[in-house]
Amino acid sequence: MSKPKLGVFKFASCDGCQLSLLDCEDELLTVAGAVQIAFFPEASREYMEGPYDLTLVEGSITTPHDLEAIKEIRAQSKFLITIGACATAGGIQALRNWKDVTEFTRYVYAHPEYISTLETSTPVADHVAVDFELRGCPINKWQLIEVVNAFLHGRKPNIPSYSVCVECKRRGTACVMVAQGIPCLGPVTQAGCGALCPAYNRGCYGCFGPMESPNVLALGEWWRSMGVDDRALVNALRGFNAYAEPFREASDVYAQQA
Amino acid sequence: MTPAQVLDREGLDRLIEALSARGHRVLGPTVRDGAIVYGDLAATSDLPVGWTDRQGPGKYRLVRRDDDALFGYVVGPQSPKTYLHPAEVVVWAGERTAHGFTMAPPPEPPRYAFVGVRPCELAAIGIQDRVFLGGERDAVYGSRREGIFLVAVNCTEPGGTCFCASMGTGPAATAGYDIVLTEVIDGKDHYFTAESGSERGAEVLREAGAVEAKKGQVKAAADLVEAATGRMGRTMETAGLADLLRQSLEHPHWQEVAKRCLTCANCTLVCPTCFCANVEDTTDLTGRQAQRVRRWDSCFNYEFSLIHGGPHRASAAARYRQWMTHKLAWWFDQFGTSGCVGCGRCITWCPVGIDITAEAAAIRSKQEVV
Ligand code: SF4
Ligand code: SF4
Ligand code: SF4
Ligand code: SF4
Repeated sequence: MSKPKLGVFKFASCDGCQLSLLDCEDELLTVAGAVQIAFFPEASREYMEGPYDLTLVEGSITTPHDLEAIKEIRAQSKFLITIGACATAGGIQALRNWKDVTEFTRYVYAHPEYISTLETSTPVADHVAVDFELRGCPINKWQLIEVVNAFLHGRKPNIPSYSVCVECKRRGTACVMVAQGIPCLGPVTQAGCGALCPAYNRGCYGCFGPMESPNVLALGEWWRSMGVDDRALVNALRGFNAYAEPFREASDVYAQQA
Repeated sequence: MTPAQVLDREGLDRLIEALSARGHRVLGPTVRDGAIVYGDLAATSDLPVGWTDRQGPGKYRLVRRDDDALFGYVVGPQSPKTYLHPAEVVVWAGERTAHGFTMAPPPEPPRYAFVGVRPCELAAIGIQDRVFLGGERDAVYGSRREGIFLVAVNCTEPGGTCFCASMGTGPAATAGYDIVLTEVIDGKDHYFTAESGSERGAEVLREAGAVEAKKGQVKAAADLVEAATGRMGRTMETAGLADLLRQSLEHPHWQEVAKRCLTCANCTLVCPTCFCANVEDTTDLTGRQAQRVRRWDSCFNYEFSLIHGGPHRASAAARYRQWMTHKLAWWFDQFGTSGCVGCGRCITWCPVGIDITAEAAAIRSKQEVV
């Protein structure tokens, strides 16, 4: 049996998630042994035509060219997995979705007429069918290995969708919101980072996007009772996963009231 | 029963040493990250000396005391469950061989001694004993539970979310300990009355140099514990509660709680009796090594009740109802005891302060309108 062909593609993003794959050092050798890296410009100059058995896509869709390219990639891929907040939610660049992009281009570029861009930054799944979405800004490399591993062994990946609080409690961190009064997005955010920030006395920033049943407005009510104003609530919710529906809708509520 | 004994702080240091000398890993309350959590004890100076905790729904703060009490606070976010039913544990590990596979035996767990265990925590251990050892013996829990040594401390200053008096589990420890202490501070006089609950307990007290307590000391300690009963931060009306809940499964109040509940699972994870876990089988990338890992799970998590077609407790209302009715009603049917010991952790550590005593009271008071 020939090894499965792996393709890694990128759209609007910072490359951090692809770097997580490179960061797998030892594991990468095993991955490289188990798959044939057919297209991964970040790692190798090798270029092989599709179709690909496993495709990882980083980045959000922001240009007319992206729109065409993602359709072609989908057509060439058996399994398509999106990785990171950009690909799964539109990323930090989705903040443009609340503004006028042409105005931005006029300010930033000497020749805005050369800029061809869409009004919005959107997740890949808004445009093509996606087989699995791996969240995070950046993704967790162990979760990435788990997803690749599950693919190689033909099983479902074990990627939980419960809250960050579960990881916080498992690692024995005392809740920073309860014990220190630090606002934390952990209860409405999906696990995956291992509850990193609370372990360093910071509230969760929501890097892994909304958890499975997020009650964002109830958490927001509690933040308000802690003295957080609506503008700060909007800013907290409009981060890397700003355009993920539960965060987006709640941020719109607070933006109206701010 | 031996007559009541007494120790001073140096005596307590010797007690900790005696437990280490017996091969125990000694654990007790320590200050970390703004809270009191279980940690290793080498001496009484590792305890939260001179600290107390202020607790309320969704709120916990450490505050300085004006004395050097060693046990002047109540329970924190952890309990002995953290060690006896670990949050994450490898149940078995295996390796593929030419002719099948081999299985590695799990590593020998440490022999724990807990110093400063509260009466509600003793009750919680008793409940988890029924859960994990009452039927088929759970090896993970059993291997950790069987060798432990328990030094309990009676409560003299209940916290803002405590309601052990309602649940009949405190503020005095009545069983399940090797040694029970009561801390008394009377001006410059600072001592711990001590009673043994087992032969080993009596031996350790001797090794620590405990002497017979004076009548006045015994009385002072008993008075403090008795007064504590009337100073609980919360109460739970338990009369007929289990039946009431069994009959209230369609009560509109579940929807009301669901508006506030984040389904974050904190309440179940801090609860010293909640036992639910998930097992996950993993392999390495080559498929040669495999292991089964057990991790704390919760009825608030979607996958916990996932069956073909979706989770059978999809709504937050259904999940909160499962949790509360399990604790206060179904637990009796399943294990012959309440699942709640009144420790107040779920109230304090709920990030939005949902209060099991208030929700139970709301369901009781709104009965007639159903
Ligand atoms: S610190 Fe944040 S993530 Fe951790 S338990 Fe508290 S609210 Fe949840
Ligand atoms: S239900 Fe709440 S009060 Fe009762 S034992 Fe569990 S954590 Fe403690
Ligand atoms: S209340 Fe939930 S987490 Fe706790 S023991 Fe019952 S089912 Fe398990
Ligand atoms: S009751 Fe509180 S701690 Fe429990 S799931 Fe709901 S919000 Fe989380």
